[in-house]
Amino acid sequence: MSTPDTPNVKTPPPVSPERKRRARRKFIQSAGLAAGMIAISLLGYVPVTAARAPRLRPPGALDEDDFLASCIKCGQCVQVCPVSAIRLGDLDDGFGVGVPYIAPREQACDFSCDAVQCILACPTGALTYKKPDFMPAREGAELAMAPVLKAKANDPEPTLNLKERFGVARLARPESCLAVQGKGFSGQARGPAFKGRMRYMEVDRWKPIPVREHPYERDLCDLCVTECPIADAIAMEPFVAEDGSRRFRPVVLEQCVGCGVCEMVCPAEPAAIVIDAQAVWMEART
Amino acid sequence: MSRFADLFLGMLGADSKKPEKVSEEVRRIMVVKYQDKDRYIKEKLHARAHHNPSHKWRNRRWAVLAAVNLLFVLSFWLDIQILEGALTASRFVGFHLIDLNSALHVMLAHKHIIVNLFIGTFTVFLLWVLMGGRSFCSWVCPYHLVAELTEKIHLALAKRKLVTDHEFHRGTRTVFWVLFALMSFITGYTVFETLSPTGILSRALIYGPGLALGWVFLLLLFEVFWSRRAWCRYVCPIGLTYGVVGSLSPLQITYGVEQCFHEGDCRKVCLVPHVLDVTIKGRAAEAQMGLGPDCTRCGLCVDACPTGALRYEIKGLSQLL
Repeated sequence: MSTPDTPNVKTPPPVSPERKRRARRKFIQSAGLAAGMIAISLLGYVPVTAARAPRLRPPGALDEDDFLASCIKCGQCVQVCPVSAIRLGDLDDGFGVGVPYIAPREQACDFSCDAVQCILACPTGALTYKKPDFMPAREGAELAMAPVLKAKANDPEPTLNLKERFGVARLARPESCLAVQGKGFSGQARGPAFKGRMRYMEVDRWKPIPVREHPYERDLCDLCVTECPIADAIAMEPFVAEDGSRRFRPVVLEQCVGCGVCEMVCPAEPAAIVIDAQAVWMEART
Repeated sequence: MSRFADLFLGMLGADSKKPEKVSEEVRRIMVVKYQDKDRYIKEKLHARAHHNPSHKWRNRRWAVLAAVNLLFVLSFWLDIQILEGALTASRFVGFHLIDLNSALHVMLAHKHIIVNLFIGTFTVFLLWVLMGGRSFCSWVCPYHLVAELTEKIHLALAKRKLVTDHEFHRGTRTVFWVLFALMSFITGYTVFETLSPTGILSRALIYGPGLALGWVFLLLLFEVFWSRRAWCRYVCPIGLTYGVVGSLSPLQITYGVEQCFHEGDCRKVCLVPHVLDVTIKGRAAEAQMGLGPDCTRCGLCVDACPTGALRYEIKGLSQLL
């Protein structure tokens, strides 16, 4: 016969030295686990602060620090992009794990969704049509006018709902630019193995096709200008070369949003024109 | 102190105590139970002999876990758009769902809350208040499943005395919860999200594997060779967040002292055995007791119990039915 014991003695029973030792060891190990895990988590700082080229973020992204803070790493933006331009950062991105970016040379954002769907998909406002008031735009990030999407030029509302650029194109290697050399281009812009896709209005407004299925024939290469999805963002400008001949070169204009189509279609290897991710329009300062 | 407070502190890391008062009913049950030792032993052996070891609840749970994660994967791969996103945040047929812990860290890091974030968080909050908080862990979290599978390796090795389980203090998880929250707030980065195997695995399933799986693999190695289920038991703040949310949930595992032979099979299979301390002889204060907020409602104890002393219950509803 036994009944459950009801403790009526209030003094705690004496603790054996062995138990004390075990408790202490457990405490030290637990503290070690905590310290170790926190140290590992702070390794995430390394890629964030390391001086490497910034990532090109999707359109409508907040400034980098705000973006990393507010992105919930769910990839809904990835899911809605019709050309799969958006990828997610991996462990070597540190705190940027699971944070979306665009690698424009592989697959640029060509706005074939017409409405910047990724912004619409974002649940936390990390990608946003309108920044909150306490987050002012960096100087030169704001677009002077709403960008006109060439594909929508005949629509009642031809503009994109995009207030700030997410990068700026730059003719980084003029010497390798075919136009600067006075050369034309014919064939697949990036060769037969290239997987990148683009929307060609004359083919199908709603269905992007692989760039390799759309060969070009140009007497003077101007792919970066003709394929740019934004009106008045880039133009061919004549200049006189050293040998006195009349040549053309692409010049990036202030309406450039940084989508990266020019970098993607550039037939030169490596691309003559590239996107400076998260860059601002410098001439605006003068 | 009230039983609720005891259970809540137990989830934060406090050791469970013997009850200060035991109800008359429990006293009577215990007296009857141990009146006749021979009969008690006979009954025990009888129950054991007739126990059909089943994996009913485990199989149901694995099916649900696989289905939920598969729905995420197929929504993207086949573009069926039912459950878009990942476990951190998603849309169920267009309706925002946001993981509570991820949302908390985004709010702490960003210090700005937009409407969609609030809507999605509130939906999920209600869902897990009803469904039992940590049910998220065992019925949805993909890391729980892989950890549950590698736990079998740990147990097999431990049986052969090749490894031993190094227990940490359960309060470590509470410390982690506070530290991760502080780090999000101070650094402005969602630091925990970088480490979270839940997010990493969910994204890997949906968007394809990456280097981050290496971290998950390291965690599993640590659990196999050093400390059983260490991440879920001692680290993961998601579990604690959901534990708090589900602390008043009507869905729980209930323990009935009358059928129990106090043999502890349930504690051996449990991820959070401290919630089953009530099954130790002399610890039950009431004839029927809920297991408390840290219980993941995984049902392994329900499957393991040879006498049906542990069962699922929906408070209020079970009396009605």
